[in-house]
Amino acid sequence: MLKVENLHTHYGQIEALKGISLEVNDGEIVTLIGANGAGKSTTLKTISGQLAPTQGTVSLDGEIVSGLLAHKVTEKGIIQVPEGRRIFPRMTVAENLEMGAFLRKDAEGIKEDLEQVFTLFPRLKERINQKGGTLSGGEQQMLAMGRGIMARPKLLMLDEPSMGLAPVVVETIFEIIERLNKEGITILLVEQNAAMALSVAHRGYVLEVGSIALEGPGKELLHNEQVRKTYLGES
Amino acid sequence: MSGDVIVQQLVNGITLGGLYALIALGYTLVYGIMLMINFAHSEMFMAGGYVGLFVLKALTNEAWVGAGTVGFFTGGVFGLIVLFLIVFLSAAILVGILGVVIERFAYRPLRHAPRLAPLISAIGVSIFLQNAVLLWVDSKALPFPAVMPVVTVFKAGGVTVNSLQILILVTTLLLLAFLDTFVSKTRIGKAMRATSQDRDAAGLMGIDINQVIGLAFFIGPALGGIAGVFHGMYYGSVKFDMGFLPGMKSFTAAVIGGIGNLRGAMLGGFVLGILESLAAGFLSAGYKDVVAFAILILVLIFRPGGLLGESVVEKV
Ligand SMILES: Nc1ncnc2c1ncn2[C@@H]1O[C@H](COP(=O)(O)OP(=O)(O)O)[C@@H](O)[C@H]1O
Ligand SMILES: [Mg+2]
Repeated sequence: MLKVENLHTHYGQIEALKGISLEVNDGEIVTLIGANGAGKSTTLKTISGQLAPTQGTVSLDGEIVSGLLAHKVTEKGIIQVPEGRRIFPRMTVAENLEMGAFLRKDAEGIKEDLEQVFTLFPRLKERINQKGGTLSGGEQQMLAMGRGIMARPKLLMLDEPSMGLAPVVVETIFEIIERLNKEGITILLVEQNAAMALSVAHRGYVLEVGSIALEGPGKELLHNEQVRKTYLGES
Repeated sequence: MSGDVIVQQLVNGITLGGLYALIALGYTLVYGIMLMINFAHSEMFMAGGYVGLFVLKALTNEAWVGAGTVGFFTGGVFGLIVLFLIVFLSAAILVGILGVVIERFAYRPLRHAPRLAPLISAIGVSIFLQNAVLLWVDSKALPFPAVMPVVTVFKAGGVTVNSLQILILVTTLLLLAFLDTFVSKTRIGKAMRATSQDRDAAGLMGIDINQVIGLAFFIGPALGGIAGVFHGMYYGSVKFDMGFLPGMKSFTAAVIGGIGNLRGAMLGGFVLGILESLAAGFLSAGYKDVVAFAILILVLIFRPGGLLGESVVEKV
């Protein structure tokens, strides 16, 4: 479904991505793990069109999408739930979800998806008229994911959904990720919480300062000695 | 100081405040989305005055449109209403387009430049437009023809309210209500709010940021242009530098209300217009500008975010 080939991205003179290639197949959960500053967010932002690559391509189902502006990439069905939630703070929960469905015209489908979001995150339904900025961190993450679901994504990219959340909330978020995937959404998951991410992912990539250092099935990486030492804090 | 004077100054202040509110919206809309102060906005107001004047002159010129048409426009209330609708719509649309063009060529190329760059570009646009009018139109004030008879609608004691004041106030309130509904209820209005709250996230929703910016640069100047026509009618003339003081005042109004906040700009406009007129009545006309900027300083000291600062009421 998604194919990233030899992607290079610069911030001015700084080369943040030094030729990254990865693939996400239909129906998979693929995770991209790596230390802080490795280039995980840069990868997602380049895929979603927030950054333009200096070299290399991103394609979706064979169609090249790199070089398009962010709203055009969204139109293709690649939906990014950004790091730090980035919900609209002075819009209500309902309006935030509505913005997620901005490009859709199918009123019926939107209604169904809204019901689904409320089933997945009952908390959002309780707070439907509350401003996004007044929600707790966990609720904001739920809203950001709900907003992503409202776009009916082909590929949902989540950037550190567990960041700064209490362990119980992290559990919930990962359960939802697996559930969404079972319902047919393909997922590219960026995480620093490597243990959690690798345990739900079919496959994983390990990013080190702008390059892919390792790749393999999630369970395999979880037991890889190097990964255990570097990312799972074992010695 | 009699009660009549106070009431009269209140009436004047509300009229003036309406104009400030219309202009202030342009500053605040653009600021909300671009985090940029559009210093050329005062020239949108000025351009509106000129477009209004020229369209009005053209449509009441028998040599151009024929005696019959002029007779229709000036012969009765219905004709006058049609005439003014055309004058205001053309000012709004042409100045709106001017705003979009300015954004496209003077600001967009600088979108990723340091924040000072578009500000300087805006000042350049402002100077350019003033000098364009100075060179190609006239350096003197041009009289605004009093096509609409200004009649006293209400008179009690020393207080009079005329038809022009009512026209200004009613139009302003309608435009404010329209804009408020537009941003809170329509799909594209919500997209504008989303963009002003988080531009990158808005892009991820599929919102075309350039379209939203373009729209802000149409609506703001269009409203400013309408205010310019009213100003021409109310004070009887237009001049190349007419935008300067109302522009400063309206920017002040936007800051007083909380820059970036639409309702704040509306409130700030009326607060400023009323206090300024009262000061002119109580003290002397010479004090009104002093009072206006003193209020700005006080608000900045005691409520730096403005009267309707971020947390209280919604930004754009
Ligand atoms: N806006 C930016 N300007 C300059 N450098 C940046 C910017 N954003 C990220 N970087 C740099 O790019 C590298 C990768 O960052 P990022 O993709 O955010 O990493 P991660 O998401 O893996 O923590 C880091 O060295 C970071 O300092
Ligand atoms: Mg990151």
